[in-house]
Amino acid sequence: MLTTLLSGDLPRSRVLAVVLLAILAGLVLAPFVFPGTRSLNVAAKVAVFVLLVASYDLLLGYTGIVSFAHTMFFGIGGYGVGIAMAKLGAGWVSLALGIALALSLSAALALAIGLLSLRVRAIFFAMITLAVASFFQILASQLSGFTGGEDGITYKLPDLLLPGTKLVEMPLLGVELNGRLASYYLVVLAALACFLALLRVVNSPFGRVLLSIRENEFRSEALGYRTVTYRTAANCIGALGATLAGVLYAIWLRYTGPDTTLSFNIMIDILLMVVIGGMGTMYGAAVGATIFVVAQNYLQDLMALASAAAKGVPLLPGLLHPDRWLLWLGVLFIVCVYYFPTGIVGKLRAK
Amino acid sequence: MAEALLALAGVNTHIGQYHILQGVDFEVPRAGLTMLLGRNGAGKTTTLRTVMGLWQASAGAIRYDGAEITRRTTPERARLGIAYVPENMGIFAGLTVRENLLLAARSGPPEDRRLEWIFRLFPAMQKFWHAHAGNLSGGQKQMLAIARAIVEPRRLLLVDEPTKGLAPSIIANMIEAFRELKRTETSLLVVEQNFHFARSVGDTVAVMDCGRIVHAGRMADLAADDSLQQKLLGLSLQAHQ
Amino acid sequence: MSHGSALPAQRLDWLPLALIPAIALAALPFIPSLPTWVTLTVAGLAMGMMIFMMAAGLTLVFGLMDIMNFAHGVFISVGAYAGTSVLLAMKPSMQADSLAANLSAIVPAVLAAMALAGFLGWFFERVVIRPVYGDHLKQILVTMGGLIVVEQLIHVVWGPDIIPLPRPATITGSFIVGDAAIERYRVLAVLVGLAVFAAMWLILNRTRLGLLIRAGVENREMVESLGYRIRSLFVGVFIAGSALAGLGGVMWALYQESVNAQIGMQMMVVLFIVLIIGGLGSVGGCFVGALLVGLMANYTGYLAPKLALGSNILLMVLVLLWRPRGLFPVGRA
Repeated sequence: MLTTLLSGDLPRSRVLAVVLLAILAGLVLAPFVFPGTRSLNVAAKVAVFVLLVASYDLLLGYTGIVSFAHTMFFGIGGYGVGIAMAKLGAGWVSLALGIALALSLSAALALAIGLLSLRVRAIFFAMITLAVASFFQILASQLSGFTGGEDGITYKLPDLLLPGTKLVEMPLLGVELNGRLASYYLVVLAALACFLALLRVVNSPFGRVLLSIRENEFRSEALGYRTVTYRTAANCIGALGATLAGVLYAIWLRYTGPDTTLSFNIMIDILLMVVIGGMGTMYGAAVGATIFVVAQNYLQDLMALASAAAKGVPLLPGLLHPDRWLLWLGVLFIVCVYYFPTGIVGKLRAK
Repeated sequence: MAEALLALAGVNTHIGQYHILQGVDFEVPRAGLTMLLGRNGAGKTTTLRTVMGLWQASAGAIRYDGAEITRRTTPERARLGIAYVPENMGIFAGLTVRENLLLAARSGPPEDRRLEWIFRLFPAMQKFWHAHAGNLSGGQKQMLAIARAIVEPRRLLLVDEPTKGLAPSIIANMIEAFRELKRTETSLLVVEQNFHFARSVGDTVAVMDCGRIVHAGRMADLAADDSLQQKLLGLSLQAHQ
Repeated sequence: MSHGSALPAQRLDWLPLALIPAIALAALPFIPSLPTWVTLTVAGLAMGMMIFMMAAGLTLVFGLMDIMNFAHGVFISVGAYAGTSVLLAMKPSMQADSLAANLSAIVPAVLAAMALAGFLGWFFERVVIRPVYGDHLKQILVTMGGLIVVEQLIHVVWGPDIIPLPRPATITGSFIVGDAAIERYRVLAVLVGLAVFAAMWLILNRTRLGLLIRAGVENREMVESLGYRIRSLFVGVFIAGSALAGLGGVMWALYQESVNAQIGMQMMVVLFIVLIIGGLGSVGGCFVGALLVGLMANYTGYLAPKLALGSNILLMVLVLLWRPRGLFPVGRA
């Protein structure tokens, strides 16, 4: 049963299994164990980013291509929901329509980019996606009538998902069962389902062809696999995963704007998460996203303390300033690429 | 007999996961032209590239002029007097003929006498002195590649398939050029598929198969022995033109 | 024998070059007055020249060693910040209305920018890039990591806020030619850009070093087989390219009259567009591409400010449809 669910790709490390179980349990129990708006926000963001990073891992880890357009697809999902809700009204039909449109747009764009530039070399693809993604960013900020420009859009959701909606009058274990909770579980369960689907993709024959292309493109071509087709397909699946992640995030935040979806900083975050967690492992996405999002929210508190403690020492308080947490993750990132190319998960499995 | 100019002993070369050279042993004497023959995929090009240092030998030893060079870098080997003409000729298409030759002359502009000699060997070089090498014909490119390798005197010249894709009249021209080269101090190690060319200019011969040397001896002996040719070179042998 | 037939003369591929005046002329009918057009054209050329300085090293390094340094933008930022620090420290000579006094601040600022960017380039090549030669995926990742770290270090050293940088007195203001106002600084930028291009052209085409670089771009292995250590050549080009990016950075800071830590990353997108338009590895293509991008940005910036960067991406797509490997494709497949 469990093996089927995980598509036969078990954690293969006791520590990793425990860590993954802890993440899952944390996500499922978060509303009851860590009450409070901030911690619930962190938990929902973890769920969304697990999916977002896992879909990126399909590209980077399994297919060996570097895309800088992943946040573009993330944004398409977010704006799909946002625009549909704001323009068509907060109903289930318009939500479905928004999601469907977002998914089709992403698939079409991913197909076009893939066919145009995946024939050429990895570097070219990376450069093109960077250019296209910045174009999309400009588009989103300029079509302000549609997207709300730099301010983004705030919108209502179907009643069931609104905090004001009480599902049951009685609180359970001191937690109110309201629409906020419903949308939390929608996000977590949908992200989990998509993650398992991606796990299935990479463990299918399709996924194995991707790996063999990554290992030796020339040989795979000689064996008769059309590498461009496979890579483009992977690019599309990855894009769809990112779009769904964007949809979930938009549902959770009830807000879509450039800073929460399209920003290049998020692209960098994704890279950090996938590399630190472990490229080409899928579970690495879960571990990386969890560590990163938690660090993003709580490491800074710790650094503020350290920075205060280091007062008087030249430069050190600056290096430990809470805003400089990316510095240290960047260093960790480089170290990972050199010495632990399979990241934390690879390290755990090697034991 | 004096020590050979180049001696390979048990040389192994891996390219990626493929084990191409599986213990190559042979020598290139201090004079004359050694032909390296064998069917496609036997490891001839890999042998030349390993001697030049463009692939690193994973085991075995390469001795050149009395010193081991197995771990030397490619530029160091070049500075010891080894020159290389790869199968694709490796000319710089965006540079002129003059610039190609100028670059190969490490110790300053080539001497006039040397240039005149090269122009006698390959008149096209003089004619197209200022032309871009990319615009030359296939045969002219091959001539430029060889001219570039000998623009200064070198001890050992490695040439990979100098007649590949050339018209018969140009091959005749090449044979003349190689005979002239053999009169200089330079020793040559030439990979070839064209047996007619090999027989015309080769002094000694080594035959490779499956990453090993399977025969070594005098060219004249091999040329005189049809059944040995058949056995060693089989169908890959081009017709005796 | 084919010797007898004359060789086709080396054709200069003039079509891409003609794109520059073509775009300038095509913009003319849309712009209401000739003086405005002149102003915009000079501005576009000035911007293009600065972009060229920043991009030249990137394209050469790629051509020579097949390395795409995604962190090239940090050399721009570091140059901009170093130059700004020097300029701000010499405020009195900046404000004096005398060319000599201004120069006594600008020259050290430019030298500092180039030196620091060059040093960082040397460090980067040695520590970050050297371990990942030949592995494109890791190159992209590691250089991205380097970009993050250096950008953060800039925050540590110079603080997170935008630093305003007034231009020296003698290069503020405009020349009036006919009815057109031409900013002095833009003329200076064009002159410096032309000087850099001319110097690069001379080095590449008239010196032995340039011969080696051009040969190396075509066939690295053959250059080594001829007895030259391409590594040292490459380190030199990397440092020079970083220093040029630093020069471009300080000039850009003076152009914008401010610096912020994001300029490196912002410029990277533009540089990639320029490189793709020009053909990866081609210096001439980089020059043409930079000028095209600079002109396009200024014309559309005037006509439809919202579309400025978008128009350049459109330009890139059009060029790729015309020539899939850029205006001047470089030999290596």
